Amino acid sequence: MKHIKTVQKSCIDTSVSTGCGECQASCQSACKTSCTVANQKCVNEKK
Amino acid sequence: MVHTFKFEDILLALDVESGAVHMLDELSFNAVNAVNSGMDPNSLPYPNEDIQDVLNEIEELKSGKMFDCPAPLPVNRGGQNVIKAMCLHVAHDCNLRCKYCFASTGDFHGERKMMSLEVGKRALDFLMEHSGKRKHLEVDFFGGEPLMNFEVVKDLVEYGRESEKKYDKQINFTITTNCVGLNDEIIGFINREMHNVVISLDGRKSVHDSMRPTVNNKGSFDIIVPKAQKLIAERGDKEYYARGTFTSKNLDFAKDVEALVDLGFRQVSVEPVILPENSPYAILAEHIPSIRSQYDLLAKMLLSHRKEGKWFNFFHFMIDLENGPCLKKRVTGCGAGNEYVAVTPDGDIYPCHQFVGHESFNMGSVIDNNLREDIRNKFKECNIETKRACSNCWAKYHCSGGCAANAYIFNGDIRKPYELTCELEKKRTECAIGICIKEREENDKV
Ligand code: SF4
Ligand code: SF4
Repeated sequence: MKHIKTVQKSCIDTSVSTGCGECQASCQSACKTSCTVANQKCVNEKK
Repeated sequence: MVHTFKFEDILLALDVESGAVHMLDELSFNAVNAVNSGMDPNSLPYPNEDIQDVLNEIEELKSGKMFDCPAPLPVNRGGQNVIKAMCLHVAHDCNLRCKYCFASTGDFHGERKMMSLEVGKRALDFLMEHSGKRKHLEVDFFGGEPLMNFEVVKDLVEYGRESEKKYDKQINFTITTNCVGLNDEIIGFINREMHNVVISLDGRKSVHDSMRPTVNNKGSFDIIVPKAQKLIAERGDKEYYARGTFTSKNLDFAKDVEALVDLGFRQVSVEPVILPENSPYAILAEHIPSIRSQYDLLAKMLLSHRKEGKWFNFFHFMIDLENGPCLKKRVTGCGAGNEYVAVTPDGDIYPCHQFVGHESFNMGSVIDNNLREDIRNKFKECNIETKRACSNCWAKYHCSGGCAANAYIFNGDIRKPYELTCELEKKRTECAIGICIKEREENDKV
């Protein structure tokens, strides 16, 4: 492509098998005043 | 939904639903913006064939499910009622008198009080009994200042370790401390037992001392810094955060992040204060433009420091594009009041640490093993699909619906996100994506 370069492919896992809930609760990690989940890892390093 | 933005010298497009990111040239940037605003891209001042090229490229991306993807079908968010994380308020008292403290300098608008070992054990039992099949659990020692009740913290960790075996679970203990009470013994204990330590430190000495005085109204910077430095020096690779707060008095907080980095802290988080508009320290709408430019400055500083080998991390600029959380996590967010609860020194349960003291959110008690499911259900139903502002927001899968406590405190409703924090969250998300892409491009060059 000449004008658009994809730098990150689709990456939000919508498969039904997700949602195991083993990951960290987001507010526990550092800030305690806001929610941000994008910086969290999925604990199942599946990809 | 496609969100376009400029980060430093690059133009980017985030496909909201798929999470794909594209780098654009000026022509395609303008064309996507035209389409987004309902304009005919052919009316743009470029040769028609170039515009057609762009439109063809967009079509190709659409068929590859990387552009303007439809929202996925809602996933089942019911699931089991499981509590996996707990904030233990082991001390409703503090040895500092921080001017912006949401806990009203430690007592949460109540009596100054310590959690007894018995109540703490009941709380851990409660967590074990309500955690269903989850293996990984989290317990944060919080306050006030948790080190004011260190003996109980120590005994609870020991008790927790026994419970882990009994219930076949793994508890990640963490602690949020102002470091005043640290000594060699406590540092050793924390570095052995705590999965993460959050160190409250605001940045420049002048900023820190003016906001975080001792009970005798002296600065606390010189007491804290050497102890905190010792703690992280002995911590090895284990996680920690130097966590500061900025207020209307230090809107140039990029300098505070820099000060923390200069002091040797590599994991840094500096957050806007949460205070009502009538406070002299409150962040107001009029401050947003300067905060946005501070985030830009900070992003630039982070990139240049890392390039020079002076690596550091800013909590809100971290992003894991490749292996980020699943959709369910992105939709349900922090889990307050559902998967996550806070417990007071008396054993009362609240949706999270920020709701403690708001009586209408008292969810029951760990003492009599009672949990109000009506309150829990309200929190469970509060997610980015049910909140109107969030379902239409481009940052929804990165932010996950923001902070319910802020929504309640500022808008009186856990479902109405506080707009000011939304603006900041969106800016930080742009920076986070921008930094990630820039660093990848740099790495590809080498
Ligand atoms: S930025 Fe605001 S509107 Fe957007 S998802 Fe977060 S809380 Fe909701
Ligand atoms: S409601 Fe806010 S403070 Fe409470 S856990 Fe969620 S994000 Fe954190």
